[in-house]
Amino acid sequence: MPRHTLSVLVENKSGVLARVSALFSRRGYNIESLAVGPTENPDLSRMTIVVDVDSQPLEQITKQLNKLIEVIKIVELDGASVQRELLLVKVRAPLADRAQVLQTAELFRARVIDVNTDTVTLESTGTPEKLQALLAVLAPLGIKEMAQSGTVALGRGPRSMSGAGTLRPVERSA
Amino acid sequence: MSTTAEAPTAAAAASLAGLETAATSVAEAAAPATHEPATGITGAQSLVRSLEAVGVEMVFGIPGGAILPLYDPLFDSTVRHVLVRHEQGAGHAATGYAQATGKVGVCMATSGPGATNLVTPLADAYMDSVPIVAITGQVPSGAIGTDAFQEADIRGITMPVTKHNFLVTDAAEIPQRIAEAFHLASTGRPGPVLVDVPKDVLQATTDFSWPPRIDLPGYKPTTRPHGKQVREAAAVIQAARQPVLYVGGGVLKAHASEVLAELAELTGAPVVTTLMARGAFPDSHAQHLGMPGMHGTVTAVTALQKADVLVALGARFDDRVTGQLSTFAPGATVVHADIDPAEIGKNRKADVPIVGDAKETITELVAALRNLQEDQGRPDLSAWWTQLDSWRATYPLGYDLPEDGALSPQYVIERLGAIAGPDAVYCAGVGQHQMWAAQFVKYEKPGTWLNSGGLGTMGYAVPAAMGAKAGRPEATVWAIDGDGCFQMTNQELATCAIEGIPIKVAVINNGNLGMVRQWQTLFYEGRYSNTKLHVQNADGTRRAGVRIPDFVLLAEALGCVGLRCETAEDVDATIAQAMAIDDRPVVIDFTVGSDAQVWPMVAAGASNDEILAARDVRPVFGEGKV
Repeated sequence: MPRHTLSVLVENKSGVLARVSALFSRRGYNIESLAVGPTENPDLSRMTIVVDVDSQPLEQITKQLNKLIEVIKIVELDGASVQRELLLVKVRAPLADRAQVLQTAELFRARVIDVNTDTVTLESTGTPEKLQALLAVLAPLGIKEMAQSGTVALGRGPRSMSGAGTLRPVERSA
Repeated sequence: MSTTAEAPTAAAAASLAGLETAATSVAEAAAPATHEPATGITGAQSLVRSLEAVGVEMVFGIPGGAILPLYDPLFDSTVRHVLVRHEQGAGHAATGYAQATGKVGVCMATSGPGATNLVTPLADAYMDSVPIVAITGQVPSGAIGTDAFQEADIRGITMPVTKHNFLVTDAAEIPQRIAEAFHLASTGRPGPVLVDVPKDVLQATTDFSWPPRIDLPGYKPTTRPHGKQVREAAAVIQAARQPVLYVGGGVLKAHASEVLAELAELTGAPVVTTLMARGAFPDSHAQHLGMPGMHGTVTAVTALQKADVLVALGARFDDRVTGQLSTFAPGATVVHADIDPAEIGKNRKADVPIVGDAKETITELVAALRNLQEDQGRPDLSAWWTQLDSWRATYPLGYDLPEDGALSPQYVIERLGAIAGPDAVYCAGVGQHQMWAAQFVKYEKPGTWLNSGGLGTMGYAVPAAMGAKAGRPEATVWAIDGDGCFQMTNQELATCAIEGIPIKVAVINNGNLGMVRQWQTLFYEGRYSNTKLHVQNADGTRRAGVRIPDFVLLAEALGCVGLRCETAEDVDATIAQAMAIDDRPVVIDFTVGSDAQVWPMVAAGASNDEILAARDVRPVFGEGKV
């Protein structure tokens, strides 16, 4: 099933996240990743939701989301978008392996953000595919712990979701 | 940045779906000058003033600790409070009131168990798109989240069963939240809205002004249909040779019965009205084929199956209508008009989708079809009607009288409809009696048939009838209830007796959970597991002469007149006796046979092609042609 990235502008009010996540669970839609954060407008938050569905259920998802009173606008971000995730990963790095860890970090343009005698913690941003590749290379060295964010995304080019000349929202009407 | 809108003015309200009829508009009723600004009042006073300002005439509720501050100013208000016996009764009464009057129904409860008792009626109103507003007390703000006494997260609990809900955190917000709640409940696709108000917010000092600003930037229902879609739909309808107008509850919500009749007569197409739409098109009209669905007429069900064009108006292709979806109306091009875009394409792909209010959509469809017919004339549907008429003649709606001579429940309901007539309001519970009431009462007018269609809430009838009668005191209101349903909510008869709401109740008492029993008969080899409500002998047969409860005595105990009818000869006279009483509620215990079944029937999950006209009677449809 194809992955779809929905960028959802919502009112910055308490309970909105619960409404959105409850909608997905009660209608049986799976969320692959979900990221919520502030926007340039303090009254609005942006939820970036990645779902793995065919186009027909996707249409239902966006229509049901649009019915939530606190959802302002939904745009599906397709190929013409930039999408990033943040990964923090703590790798076993005893002296003997440390050079290899640091070399891998450099290859993937990951940054070292914490070091001690046994481990190195790396920070990397990128597409989910790039982060998967990094993890695959680090795995044999021993990953002690990791934390990964959901995808955040913006459309390419000069258009935006909230300003003038906006990105075309997913249709409210059928 | 957020777009804002003024509170609904009378002019704005005129355009709101479902609020057009005179004197039924929330905002129109808000015109009286009772809402002057006030300073230094309590949140509770502000809330009562807001209810008055938005035009509320009546609320149904029960006080309790957290909502007590609200009940003090309510004591002096022009808003009438009907003190119910259970919060579920308050919720269904609000629904019945809304469905019978077209206004927003209002219910009230305290925090915790009071609020959770509203969950069923909220879910019920959500499924049937009924505009109600629930106001609940909440524990004080500082106690929220501490598992305080009578605390329940009612906002969280009701998120999936309300159109929207609010937790008011500041007394200054009260007028705005109330205005928004009524606006949301009554516009677009109507539905229930809950406003949860902590006790300290009710007690806080605040100011009141009206109308408040409504700030719902994410809420812009589309009521005006797209012209191109309407023209395309008109072309499809004009080209159809076997069309069916599939009419749902949205037509009633939009007060679109008159334009529907125009559309039907202009096209000459047959009409089916779903369980939620009974009364939207007169049963006496020659083009009406009756109700579709699991217990619909053979002709209505089969017309949908064989149609070349389905025109779905405010209907949602519910599984009880479509049967097995993959074999539903296989040859039909679907025009689907609904105010909720999410309904379009949800179950059945729409070939011509139209988002809009049913009244506006049908009005524009009529205009577009008139244009087409000026050039092309009226389509010839005579072959289709020949076919439909032959089905109607062969498979009319009917019933057999019980072989054991017991009173026939269908006969009782048919006589009740004939005697009380098309101006009465009929409320049903859920089960066999509901289906018979949908089949054998003849509905001619909108707002005369109230039932729990989507959620299927047993116990709906008595409180909904109470709400309907409270809202339309001039109307005769009959609850047609089963003995199972009646035992869930009959305590509201005490409310009716004390508050002067003289409803009439026909208990179709077969001593069983009849619909479940019917399925046990048909699908579980007659193993009647836990469906007998009557007192049994050791062999499971009904013990004669023992009635638990005795509904006549129960009715009398609740302040009603209790009557009993056990034979066909007494049916008319007993109904007439009940019709003559208007100072108290009346309950008739119609003791009927327990083996009557609802037919026709499409078994759950089966294709509509498998409809049985009666048990083991499979209709034979004209081969070839259609």
